[in-house]
Amino acid sequence: MHFILIGILFVAHGAFADENAPAAVPDTMAERVKACTICHGDEDKLGRDAYYPRIGGKPAGYLFNQLRNFRDGRRHYQPMAILLENMTDDYLLQIAEHFSSLQQPYPPPEQINIQSDEVKLAEQLVYNGDAQRDIPACSACHGDALMGVEPFIPGLLGLPRAYITAQMGGWRNGGLMRGQVPDCMSEIAKSLTDEETNAIAKWLAMQQVSGKPSPSSTLSPELAQRCNSIVMNNGAIK
Amino acid sequence: MMRIIINTHFAFSSVLCSFVLLLFIANTAIAEMAEPNTAATVSAQQQSRGAYLARAGNCKGCHTAKGGLPFAGGRQLSTAFGIFVTPNITPDNETGIGHWNQDDFWQALHEGKSRDGRLLYPAFPYTEYTKVTRKDANAMFEYLQSLAPISQDNASSNVKFPYNFKPLLYLWRNLYFKQGVYQADKSESEEWNRGAYLVQGLGHCNACHTTRNLVGASDEETLSGGQVMGVNWYAPSLASHLEAGGGDWSIEEISELLATGISERAVASGPMATIIKQSLQHLSPEDVRAMAVYLKSLTEHDHSISPSVEFSVMSGSLRNQLQQGGQIYKQYCEECHGASGQGVPGIYPPLAGNRSVVMASPLNTIRSVLNGGYPATTKGNPQPYGMPPFQQILRDKEVALVVSYIRNTWGNNGGLITAIDVDRVKGGHK
Repeated sequence: MHFILIGILFVAHGAFADENAPAAVPDTMAERVKACTICHGDEDKLGRDAYYPRIGGKPAGYLFNQLRNFRDGRRHYQPMAILLENMTDDYLLQIAEHFSSLQQPYPPPEQINIQSDEVKLAEQLVYNGDAQRDIPACSACHGDALMGVEPFIPGLLGLPRAYITAQMGGWRNGGLMRGQVPDCMSEIAKSLTDEETNAIAKWLAMQQVSGKPSPSSTLSPELAQRCNSIVMNNGAIK
Repeated sequence: MMRIIINTHFAFSSVLCSFVLLLFIANTAIAEMAEPNTAATVSAQQQSRGAYLARAGNCKGCHTAKGGLPFAGGRQLSTAFGIFVTPNITPDNETGIGHWNQDDFWQALHEGKSRDGRLLYPAFPYTEYTKVTRKDANAMFEYLQSLAPISQDNASSNVKFPYNFKPLLYLWRNLYFKQGVYQADKSESEEWNRGAYLVQGLGHCNACHTTRNLVGASDEETLSGGQVMGVNWYAPSLASHLEAGGGDWSIEEISELLATGISERAVASGPMATIIKQSLQHLSPEDVRAMAVYLKSLTEHDHSISPSVEFSVMSGSLRNQLQQGGQIYKQYCEECHGASGQGVPGIYPPLAGNRSVVMASPLNTIRSVLNGGYPATTKGNPQPYGMPPFQQILRDKEVALVVSYIRNTWGNNGGLITAIDVDRVKGGHK
């Protein structure tokens, strides 16, 4: 009698267990960063209140620094700060490397009306800068292909105009990375006129993406020094 | 040797200058008597013990600004009474506590008074630290003094009227502050007493897991839960079986949650995850176990109290609401938390039967849906899985529907949530 009862219980439990069995969770980084990819998908996304840039394929050191800046309050965006607040540098680096390794297609260039003198102005600043005003060429830091320099400097192509304009605005208003001196992009953005900023943002958004981030050796020692705020004192990437 | 003891004894109770002088003599005398390296070894041991105890008290957690230098202070704690800015406790003479001695430190920790005798606001949890022994306090002081001095002048606290009226602090202390080192309960085991010492003293668990009255005084060591001051989180009762009381949990499971931030049944979020990352994961397995033993013993088994809302007969509109919530659940939550809210042990917490989902305060559940988050990254859980911040996607009304659904499905019985509840949680974001 007891045996039968136990048998029935076992069957019942078995049936119940099937329905409630925990799903097999993949032991992967992709599964672990689902909290990120709900917003940061394969392509740029315009949310209800925010714009979420694609982060796949960006230099690992750049992503790592942004993650730490959000977590530690140097870059202000509360939802990111809350999400990352209990994470270690080690784990943030793994997350950065995961996203950096993703190969995602870039969006086609934006169709924008641009005047020929705007093109000229943008190209002059992008490739030559303005030595008199101590503005380096974009390409001096972001690489000849403007696709960034490993491991810390992000690419400038494949980004929408609105995003570039917003970032420049952020730097002009005190710097996206608060409390870091020197803050190279903040200095540069403050030196540019509205007209120049608009021309650069338009021009960059219209370029076809090609090429890859340049190796770190292409950055001159002077510029590495000037932009040392992007390489954090307490943790150059391993 | 006798002379040294007498001298030292005097020093503890009397004037500062003579203390320093006598201590110097005492130290020299000891150094002369012993092997050359012994004093240094003793001091190193003392410092490493102090480092451990400072971890247990999570001094660094408050005395470090976000992204700032450790122990250099500058962290802002915003409370109903104003903004408190934590001081620099590195041994810098100008901006830190370099000029303090052991007595000064003891006076702060044990009596809640600064070096100059000024009364400290209980934002510094001396109401709990008073239970720490002199020996432990000295070790912590030695450790802090061994740190590299950091010159960092922090902003002053900005305490609101009338709380900035100092005589009120005298009154407050008379009413609510019981000075005294932890006294062991002889009827309990050594392990239980060790746990009680850590929970009540250095761990200062009661600083959050308590209900504070209008003047910020907490319930007396009852760990009965309450809204955490200055942050929009609810610290559940550690004594109630309806909240986070450990009565029905094994010692091992409580220990696992404390040491790693996650267990089969639960995950620590928000400020608790921070405490685990900064402090608890670094404690010895023996100390964590002792805390678990003590915490488990706190649970009051009053099963007469049941959740306030019962839906024996559901109205049509209620059924409709839960159905809508169920659809949102299916679309966004089910993939991780399962069709029956069963979760995945140690990865995604179960929602069915999860007390933090059904407890009277829906604050933490609403917050978790809105903000998402990752469990603490710890040695025991180095690559945690995360929860997305759904406020980027769902509207308040939808959050209310899905939270209502998980609070009232699979046998859960937690009451409904409205969009207004959700909006209120957003208002207090920290």
